Amino acid sequence: MIEIKGLSKSFGKKTVVEDVTLKIQAKAITSFIGPNGAGKSTLLSMVSRLLDADTGEVLLDQSDVKKMKSDSFAKRVAILKQTNHLNIRLTVRELVSFGRYPYSKGRLNEADHKFVDQALEYMNLTDMQDKFLDELSGGQKQRAFISMVIAQDTDYILLDEPLNNLDMKHSVQIMKILRKLVDELGKTVVIVLHDINFASVYSDRIVALKNGRLVKDGPTHEIINSTALREVYDMDIPVQVQDGCRICVYFNSHN
Amino acid sequence: MRKNSTKLIILAVIAIICMLLFAFYNIQGGFSYAFPKRLERLFAMVITGTAIAYATVAFQTVTHNRLLTPSVMGIDSMYEIVQTIIYFSLGSSSIFVVSRYLNFGVSIIAMVLFALVLYRFLFRADKHPIFLLLLAGMIIGTLLGSLVTFMQVIIDPVEYESLQARLFASFMNVKTELLFISAGIVILAFLYGTRILHKLDVMSLGRDNAINLGINYDKMVLRILILSSILIAVSTALVGPITFLGLIVSNLAYQYFATYKHWVLIVGASLISIIALVGGQFLVLHVFHLSTTISVIINFIGGLYFIYLLLKESRKAG
Repeated sequence: MIEIKGLSKSFGKKTVVEDVTLKIQAKAITSFIGPNGAGKSTLLSMVSRLLDADTGEVLLDQSDVKKMKSDSFAKRVAILKQTNHLNIRLTVRELVSFGRYPYSKGRLNEADHKFVDQALEYMNLTDMQDKFLDELSGGQKQRAFISMVIAQDTDYILLDEPLNNLDMKHSVQIMKILRKLVDELGKTVVIVLHDINFASVYSDRIVALKNGRLVKDGPTHEIINSTALREVYDMDIPVQVQDGCRICVYFNSHN
Repeated sequence: MRKNSTKLIILAVIAIICMLLFAFYNIQGGFSYAFPKRLERLFAMVITGTAIAYATVAFQTVTHNRLLTPSVMGIDSMYEIVQTIIYFSLGSSSIFVVSRYLNFGVSIIAMVLFALVLYRFLFRADKHPIFLLLLAGMIIGTLLGSLVTFMQVIIDPVEYESLQARLFASFMNVKTELLFISAGIVILAFLYGTRILHKLDVMSLGRDNAINLGINYDKMVLRILILSSILIAVSTALVGPITFLGLIVSNLAYQYFATYKHWVLIVGASLISIIALVGGQFLVLHVFHLSTTISVIINFIGGLYFIYLLLKESRKAG
């Protein structure tokens, strides 16, 4: 389990994350939601040690993340940021193979290749594994990066806006795969999401942030209702139930 | 497309041919005198070539920029200013000029210290983006360059002559007594350098991905910058500044090999570097009959290539 205790971060005078404390439940999808500038991505970056926190600590199964060796951490927690521009030219398979680096240190053995094959299979990339990344569409590229993270075979997978720039079809595809990772392989997935309906339909728990502070943290059905959402977004958001999914119909809302 | 291992073998064969030509072609006046002299020069070129190749490729990986070389950080200028200050304040008969070891030691220490101070200062406060570091290096380099020019203008003309000889790279008067000490330092640096080749591969994916894969990124960047500074410092102190060599060989290697694997890139760049130096020196000796120097040729070709790369990049961006 990941425990976040009193995490804060400021850039200059601006406080981006303020005293956030929460527990991330294992073997579930937790979505971070909130308005722009709420500190979702910053929080995720601190949990995954891309960014040092000013105060507070992150515990992974009771041990302080900062004191863990970076390669053993990389075998347990994987992070994928939203922008992934590469300076080098790689094929899909080469990129996914990098996911095995924490184990193989660059020399892949039989078992590593198997993990790579599986990860490619999981993201439906087997057919295009020898294509170069710059020949792919945005959605395919995103899938290749997620595939790398899957090959890393960590218990925890953190994704920062994985649906960015994806069309509906690919967004659904990716969310379904994340669901499968949790339900079939017992992974713990934490995602920053912009689209509240994807959060509502696919996540087990939702964490809502606003101005750097934690405002809501609970099971999805407790957060996706008009009263709670009003607190997060300062908007009237009617919620309708369709085929058992709670859908927020905010497109025509009055402030 | 040829396989990379084949390409490496081709380059190795060319490099060996260049070395053999350089060592044996048209050898005159007592073999026993000329041959050891040629071997020494050959040795110096191999050390310098590989040191510059490794330093440049590693440096470009951590800075994510293929148009910058450690010289841009002002390391070359630091060498020039150390030499100029010595000549300016103490004169060419001072112990710092006469004793090669002392001069070598002072130059290397000054260059590496300069790099360390620069990195320390810029890395200490929260993580500055790398371009700030480079910009600072460039400005400081220009400042040092201007200081050098200023001192050279008012220095005694006779002293200036002998200073000039120091500031041009030359393999004809390699400081023999420095060869082994340089080789020692370069080999030590390579012992560490070859162990981190796979880390360089991962670091070329960028900071976030490298940290995700378990690289202690900021610490590694600092170490690699220091390693490149030491390598460049040693090669500069041994033969003088060859500003554009690193740029040519690294970019030719990227183009020729089209891979992310650093062991291929660095071995390839080293071979290209040896071919350029040894082949170039051969041309200087037997075609131009010493009417020009190797650094002039390399900087001329390198400068043209640099302009070509800039134009290509800007066309891509536009």
